[in-house]
Amino acid sequence: MDFNHTETRRMLADTIERYLRDKYPLAARVEAGNNAPGFQQAHYDGLAELGVIAALFEEDHGGFGGEGFDIAVVFEELGKRLVNEPVLDCALVPGTIFAATGQTDTLEEVIAGSARYALAAEEPQALYDLSDVDTSAEPSGDVHALTGTKTVVKYASGCTGFIVSARTAKGISLFLVAADAVNLRDYTTADGGTASELTLKAAPGTLLGDDGAGGALLQKATDRAIVGICAEALGIMQTIREMTIEYLQTRKQFGVPIGKFQALQHRMADVLLEIEQARSAVINAANALGSDAADRARIIAATKYSIGRIGRMVAEESIQMHGGIGMTWEYDLGHYAKRLIMIDHEWGDQDFHLARFIDLGKAA
Amino acid sequence: MDLNFTQEEQAFRTEVRDWLAANLPKDLATITRNDAPLSKKDMLRWQLILHDKGWLTYDWPTEFGGTGWDVVKQFIFEDEMARACAPRLLPFGLKMLAPVLMKFGSKAQQDHYLPRMCDGTDWWCQGYSEPGAGSDLASLKTAAVRDGDHYIVNGQKTWTTLGQHADWIFCLVRTSTEGKRQEGISFLLIDMKTPGIDVRPIRTIDGGHEVNEVFFSDVKVPAENLVGEENKGWTYAKYLLTHERTNIAGVGKSNQELNRLKSLARNQKRGGKPLAEDPLFAARMARVEIALMNMEVTNMRVLADVAGGGAPGSESSMLKILGTEIEQELTDLTRRALGRSAQALTPEVDEPGYNGPHVTPDGFQHAAEVYFNHRKTTIYGGSNEIQKNIITKMITGL
Repeated sequence: MDFNHTETRRMLADTIERYLRDKYPLAARVEAGNNAPGFQQAHYDGLAELGVIAALFEEDHGGFGGEGFDIAVVFEELGKRLVNEPVLDCALVPGTIFAATGQTDTLEEVIAGSARYALAAEEPQALYDLSDVDTSAEPSGDVHALTGTKTVVKYASGCTGFIVSARTAKGISLFLVAADAVNLRDYTTADGGTASELTLKAAPGTLLGDDGAGGALLQKATDRAIVGICAEALGIMQTIREMTIEYLQTRKQFGVPIGKFQALQHRMADVLLEIEQARSAVINAANALGSDAADRARIIAATKYSIGRIGRMVAEESIQMHGGIGMTWEYDLGHYAKRLIMIDHEWGDQDFHLARFIDLGKAA
Repeated sequence: MDLNFTQEEQAFRTEVRDWLAANLPKDLATITRNDAPLSKKDMLRWQLILHDKGWLTYDWPTEFGGTGWDVVKQFIFEDEMARACAPRLLPFGLKMLAPVLMKFGSKAQQDHYLPRMCDGTDWWCQGYSEPGAGSDLASLKTAAVRDGDHYIVNGQKTWTTLGQHADWIFCLVRTSTEGKRQEGISFLLIDMKTPGIDVRPIRTIDGGHEVNEVFFSDVKVPAENLVGEENKGWTYAKYLLTHERTNIAGVGKSNQELNRLKSLARNQKRGGKPLAEDPLFAARMARVEIALMNMEVTNMRVLADVAGGGAPGSESSMLKILGTEIEQELTDLTRRALGRSAQALTPEVDEPGYNGPHVTPDGFQHAAEVYFNHRKTTIYGGSNEIQKNIITKMITGL
């Protein structure tokens, strides 16, 4: 057993940490998150230049990492500073699908940060179930004609193109669709970012991978996305932890620091030990990604469930312990808490993954 | 990162598992699995089997006859013992008194007491808690007054686990009322046969007799039974309590209980379908399974840290809270899975050769008693509230 990161990963974490500490004030992040495209392009470029995106992919695919712990290290650091540059949505997820389907040129652009793609897989009726697909794909010459609606496609505005799931005669398949072939209705999101409703009316799409292989590809992308987003949540929890401890130490009431009150000490102890459980869950998932273990899917589901449950608890408890100040827009905590809560709405919430964990257990 | 045990550690696990399969008496495993009461004879029988193998003192230093296993191997051994349903080894002599004697006791005390606790000659119990003290150990009042070559002990201890079987008790006694409360405490070894000692059972809500009150009236204890120095007992007591606790979470036991619960839930029916497929029950089982999965990794992180030379700080407290809450939840679910039959007390089915009817599925006749008995886990060993105080104090400094 060895729970230490490799030297390379520690250096990567330090590099990201330093960059963000020096150049990434939260006020600018919050401001950017409420206007299209929902992030700061200069920082997306800056992170790509640091190798943040390359770290998410194997050498064979033009990166220098790609394992579960590479993903975990990157997103934990991004979470600590509440980064809303779409490294997960526009690089990790589409890049994973491009890597799996041999789109090397496109993947190269993704790693360089010069092109952004987004996955448009969930439909309004699906409620997290990516196999609930009504969008149709009819063969039309060299391409397919796609018709349907995709919901909450994150950071869609300004994307080069989209990976769209649609149903063919052989089942769910993935297609590459150019940005100008779709219609977008843009909006901002509760955690400071943007997303869009995406509609396709006989939009031309190029098949990615095998016809009917969409389910397996989506699963691969989802597993890696969950490791990333759970690590991001862990990073957020760490920042919340530091802020709340400092607040308990300094804020005085009745003449003493409020942290002297046992009612708050016990709430904080619960938060602290749950964050350690969240860290264990993330380690477990990052590890499972690299193994062919039969229970890999169960561990991924268990982790996303754990993060959903613990994230809500940490967000709510930290606001409560801060009192009124925790409710204000000016104070940083609330923005962290919002992202932590919204993470439960991505890639399946805690109930979705608990049900999945139970289903997978029946098969075992 | 590497979450796997090394090949050598895995081979060691196999060795322990194989040995247990061959040497753990089936009847003892059954009693333990069914949570039926273990007699003193049963406990000593298992202790001697381990002693013959040289594994009883697995966590002792080699100079005192230990195995020399590192913390990881010790953990694996304990984990396999729990999974095999081996009777739990009583910690009072082997794990609590022994380290104190090794560090603070005289050579004569080490030579005399250590072998006797191994071969079963001396059954030890612990005299720490007192009425009205709770987790506030330093408020103890039992007094020992020096009188020539002896101490005269007067007072009362409580929650003395299995004291009804004990030959000896190690006690914290007050030898001075001057200065800070912690400063006038001494560590004394007392022969339970000494005149003036009265052991009275405390019956617990599960109906069992596990704990006792021990009364001392003018009990004459030879001065040579003092461990270390007079008035320094608090240091020894703290050493005992903070002794590296890498297996406090009880992962092996809880995994074993979870597997038992799962098989029960597959066999019990509700609405013609297995209870395991009932959405509400399945969700509760899944939640505790996931919590246990996470705790197992947390426990391994602590273990790796200690193996690497670190000392567990607030992590022991976290593991105690998590471990006891998961354990309690499992006893709750097992009780609920039995439905109405959980109400039945049927001790007769524990009798060897019992062939009569069962009210509850075989092996689950003690589920309600176990549930009630396990309420103690969040109270003893420093209540979970005390553990939370420790966590915040260590991490926030408040």
